[in-house]
Amino acid sequence: MPAQINRILLLFIAFIGLFLIVRHYLIPETFGQYGHYRGASLDDVASREMVFADKEDCFACHDDILEQLENEMHAGLSCLICHGPGREHVEDPQLGNIAKESGREFCGRCHDINPARSTDVVFQVDILTHHTEKTNCTECHNPHTLWEGME
Amino acid sequence: MKASIAAAGTLVLSSATRPFDVLLMASDPPPEEGPWWGIAIDITKCIGCGLCARGCKMENDVPEEPFYFRTWVEQYTVLNNGEVKIESPNGGIDGFTHSVPEEEIFKTFFVPKMCNHCSKSPCTQVCPVGATFESPDGVALVDEKYCIGCGYCVQACPYGCRYFHPEKKVADKCTLCYHRLKNGLAPACMEVCPSKARIYGNLRDRDSEIVNFLREHDYQVLKPHLNTGSKLYYNGLSAEIS
Repeated sequence: MPAQINRILLLFIAFIGLFLIVRHYLIPETFGQYGHYRGASLDDVASREMVFADKEDCFACHDDILEQLENEMHAGLSCLICHGPGREHVEDPQLGNIAKESGREFCGRCHDINPARSTDVVFQVDILTHHTEKTNCTECHNPHTLWEGME
Repeated sequence: MKASIAAAGTLVLSSATRPFDVLLMASDPPPEEGPWWGIAIDITKCIGCGLCARGCKMENDVPEEPFYFRTWVEQYTVLNNGEVKIESPNGGIDGFTHSVPEEEIFKTFFVPKMCNHCSKSPCTQVCPVGATFESPDGVALVDEKYCIGCGYCVQACPYGCRYFHPEKKVADKCTLCYHRLKNGLAPACMEVCPSKARIYGNLRDRDSEIVNFLREHDYQVLKPHLNTGSKLYYNGLSAEIS
């Protein structure tokens, strides 16, 4: 083989070798483990801290509320809807840092009258005119036992 | 322009390699083991409280402003004159107040939107570095450490479900609360949904809640003509919805 071809071949081999070495160091270890991506990133995404607790965590202590809620319209709801994410409270119950939403605006998110809201799904009132002498809905309605003590 | 060509190209390619099967679902999950997550949203049950969008921002550290969302709620109002009005004030996070006089309304309803976790997702196919992908359990995820922030995927998603995170400088999207799923908990948006309008579940499990939901309802996916293999099934999807 002519000398110049040999030189080019050698050059090619050197470049390919260099490419393979650089490639080896640039590609993350777990790349291609499951597909064309870094396998370890699945654990990265899964290792995120949770903010919202689990409804079951609430009833581990507040079983009285669970009893109260039985057969109530709000029974199927997650506690976290009105009481906030609650993760910190679950981890340290002494903190007591949970929300107790009670205002017209918050209750109105679900219960304000709106033509797009199905009346089969949710009970609706006009929050602008319903008992305007009261500030908070919870003055009359206990969210855990809705119709208790009412006519 | 480049991104649109790339998206179109990958769509054509994916259609060629995997046959046009718009409603890819419980009848046809890939053969691997383990869960394969899907989502179902019942539009007839959504009351537009916006707690899903609010909960999602709390759980996932989604920036409050400039109004980026992993999930949001739209109110569709079809007027008597045929005009369709779509509103989503702050993604529905603060709830909805009705702005159109009732006598002008033909019909109106809420549509919650989120990532469709497509099984032939156009967004993951355009990534030049392999930083976004479909996980083995069928969730479209972003590798934050590997993403170069080129934004191709943001443009490629036909549902507008991705955004460019202004602080992390990477593409960000719904993970179906992957960190909660792995701990056996429901995604935040579904945990706080008061009317159970959204459910998630394993499409491989023939007895799961979601498969039963699909059996019992007339469901449809968004933009079926794009062949994205969407795994977000809507009940009550009216023709006005895009």
